[in-house]
Amino acid sequence: MGLPNAASGDLSSEMEVDAFRRLFPIQFFERHLAESIRPDGRALGKARDTTIALGPVSSANGSALAKVGSTTMLAAIKMEVMTPSIESPDEGCIAVDFHMPSICSPIVRPGRPAEAAPVISKQLSDTISSSGMIDLRELSLVKGKAAWMAYLDIYCLDADGSLFDAALLSAAAAFSHLQIPVVALNDDGKVVFVSEEKGGENFEKEAVNKEKRKLKLNSLPFSLTCLLHKNYILADPTAEEESVMETIVTVVLDSSGQLVSFYKPGGSVLAYTSAVQDCVALTRQRSKELQMILDEAISGMEID
Amino acid sequence: MEIDRDDGRTANQLRPLACSCNVLNRAHGSASWSQGDTKILAAVYGPKAGTKKNENPEKASIEVIWKPKTGQIGKLERECEMILKRTLQSICILTINPNTTTSIVVQVIHDDGALLPCAINASCAALVDAGIPLKHLAVAISCCLSESGYVILDPTKLEEQKMKASVHLVFPNSPVSVIPEGSTQVGGEPLENGIITSLTQGAMSVDDYIHCLERGRAATAKMSAFLRRSLQPQLPTDSSKVG
Repeated sequence: MGLPNAASGDLSSEMEVDAFRRLFPIQFFERHLAESIRPDGRALGKARDTTIALGPVSSANGSALAKVGSTTMLAAIKMEVMTPSIESPDEGCIAVDFHMPSICSPIVRPGRPAEAAPVISKQLSDTISSSGMIDLRELSLVKGKAAWMAYLDIYCLDADGSLFDAALLSAAAAFSHLQIPVVALNDDGKVVFVSEEKGGENFEKEAVNKEKRKLKLNSLPFSLTCLLHKNYILADPTAEEESVMETIVTVVLDSSGQLVSFYKPGGSVLAYTSAVQDCVALTRQRSKELQMILDEAISGMEID
Repeated sequence: MEIDRDDGRTANQLRPLACSCNVLNRAHGSASWSQGDTKILAAVYGPKAGTKKNENPEKASIEVIWKPKTGQIGKLERECEMILKRTLQSICILTINPNTTTSIVVQVIHDDGALLPCAINASCAALVDAGIPLKHLAVAISCCLSESGYVILDPTKLEEQKMKASVHLVFPNSPVSVIPEGSTQVGGEPLENGIITSLTQGAMSVDDYIHCLERGRAATAKMSAFLRRSLQPQLPTDSSKVG
């Protein structure tokens, strides 16, 4: 970065491409950006190919595997019955945990928790609660006595940039796949799980949750991370791009177009109003794409 | 529009600001900053030799240690640490002292809303007190948006809980020196209009967010004048402290 452009420009003709990429990463990217293309062949505002698979974890009540490019997230939800707190007796609870095991990236060292993990985890639970995607009262079973606790665990299997986007997508998909199990009140007033085989038989106990049901989701949040570099806006950056150009902006919009989060943690490039609007416009486009991909995955599930 | 706030402030009115620098003897730089009842003490140690693993040794590295008022450090504090670190990284000139680490210790003394903005303002004052080279100062503000769409500035904790959405914003302060034309302007907007950091909670429309930006910008102009004023007397003695 200390070298003027002209000097490195000369070098680029004498050097192998890979060597130039490692030694002068900024110049390497800038020469691509000037041609409105990125090293992996994408246009600047284009996100990577995204796939969602529902139900990869059979032991969980709801699960999903989301892939954005090579960033891979596995989300699973486990439902447990708990006693609701006194302040909100008719509400359930969602506990979000984001894990970054050391297989996901060379930056994460085994035995030591990744720095990014608690931050993304907090960001996820904030986004899920502020989007209002789940009405916590739906998770209530018996007012003041029993409610559902949804443990959402997201594992990052491959960290290749835009972790939050992929994590949120997998979480939204897992909630769409979630089936709330059947439970009944027994004579002692305790909530017990009803196994499927015996479910219909002579059950004098009152079934609190008569049949397996889907959770009603209000409006799903979708996010897009953009990288700001000079006047360029790069959508859905890879890990390499994130390490070279540091300023990231994550915008979360819900299906009705409300802004759920505008997250910019510092960075050397300042976001002006025009950049804010551009990022929001890119996210709007992307959220339509993601909604379609998710709808396809869900309808594919229903046919099976 | 008449807005009733519990403490009788108008929507745009900030709580009384107070800033004192050089409050700790052993720290290389320190500052305490309060906005109403919210108070933060920040201390800067460094630059110390060497950087941690995973940090670029060609640049100075910044480390933030967040100390909550009580209890253990959790996810919330980790997020504050990360945002504070990345915000301060963007205002420091990191190429001047390569392969060094500067630690900023932030102690929460009392939290009555707008905690993170308060911490950013305090650390910024502490960095100036320690004589760490900065590109410009950062000024942070918190805005809250109510159900009916009005914006209040610098909310207390109670107001934060009542409101539909809140936005924390950090802007650079307006430069007083003459800058060469075009060097810091992007698309005709002055430097102080750019967002360094933005953090939101709760859903709002995009227009509401832009509205918050404008209100925040207007308020930070006043705050940056205050910050500059409270740092002025310390400036001459500063250079002797950094060795």
